[in-house]
Amino acid sequence: MAKPFPTPGLNVVKALGEEPAFKAGDSVRISVRYPVGHYRVPAYIRGKLATVEAVMEPPAVNNEEEGFGRNAGSRGHYFRVAIPLTALWPGYAGSLLDGLRIEVFETWLERV
Amino acid sequence: MDDHDHSHPHPAAADEAPPEYYEVMETAIRELLIEKKLIAPGEIRRQIEVLDSRTPALGAKVVARAWVDPGFRARLLTNGRAACEELGISFYDDTQLIVLENSDKVHNLIVCTLCSCYPRPVLGLPPDWYKAKPYRARAVREPRTVLSEFGTEIPEDVEIRVSDSTAIQRYMVLPQRPTGSEDFTEEQLAAMVTRDAMIGVVKVNFEHGINS
Repeated sequence: MAKPFPTPGLNVVKALGEEPAFKAGDSVRISVRYPVGHYRVPAYIRGKLATVEAVMEPPAVNNEEEGFGRNAGSRGHYFRVAIPLTALWPGYAGSLLDGLRIEVFETWLERV
Repeated sequence: MDDHDHSHPHPAAADEAPPEYYEVMETAIRELLIEKKLIAPGEIRRQIEVLDSRTPALGAKVVARAWVDPGFRARLLTNGRAACEELGISFYDDTQLIVLENSDKVHNLIVCTLCSCYPRPVLGLPPDWYKAKPYRARAVREPRTVLSEFGTEIPEDVEIRVSDSTAIQRYMVLPQRPTGSEDFTEEQLAAMVTRDAMIGVVKVNFEHGINS
């Protein structure tokens, strides 16, 4: 989606949630929560530190809400984050370079 | 000529077992939807036709084009969905596509640990092993072991990058073009590209192209 062209002299204050909370390079932690229902954050990444690799465009309907038919009209920000496999799995036998990429909605990310 | 006399039993041509719980449920819902005129009888058949038309041959065409056309390759890596649409491959749902480029430094592998998210518009239906728990659990836990079981050895100094689908992004791997294929036509290149190479469990095998 093309970024809107900023018009000089127009002072529009964006509402909370309009802009993504994180940018590429930010450190984040995946929340540790165990809600009941349809959740799209695999248990193995909860509580792990991650680095934001990219903000996904365009913002999308949160499939956790969509799964229950709720709030399916409002879109949220989500991010492609990177986690080294050595941080996910103690004693990981592969290369130190190996990593995971996964998309996580803002609602599951905490500032570090 | 087939001259046997049918004195021995044959397996049934179709499954003659009574329908199971979910089959009955599906039939009941479908018939209700049609009865209430929410869908027409042809619509489900049409959707099956859409899914049947999606095969790894489409993905192979995308990969071959990316190998011969650097401009297309750049657009594909920026926005996978838009680049596929350029070739006439439509996306019948809201999914986006991230195309992951393999190189001398990075080898990509795709998985959906939660279910079976797969780039169906470009690759068709996923193989059964992709949907099965062993692959889903092990691809993120021990990708090198999984790869070696597919006959793929990745050197220690090459990063394995596993992408796990959770949202509306789907992934497809852009494999490395094999050396020695410089004189191949786009069609010959496409014939070398297999489904498994676009999932990332194998590399594109040069021999696969020579025979086709």
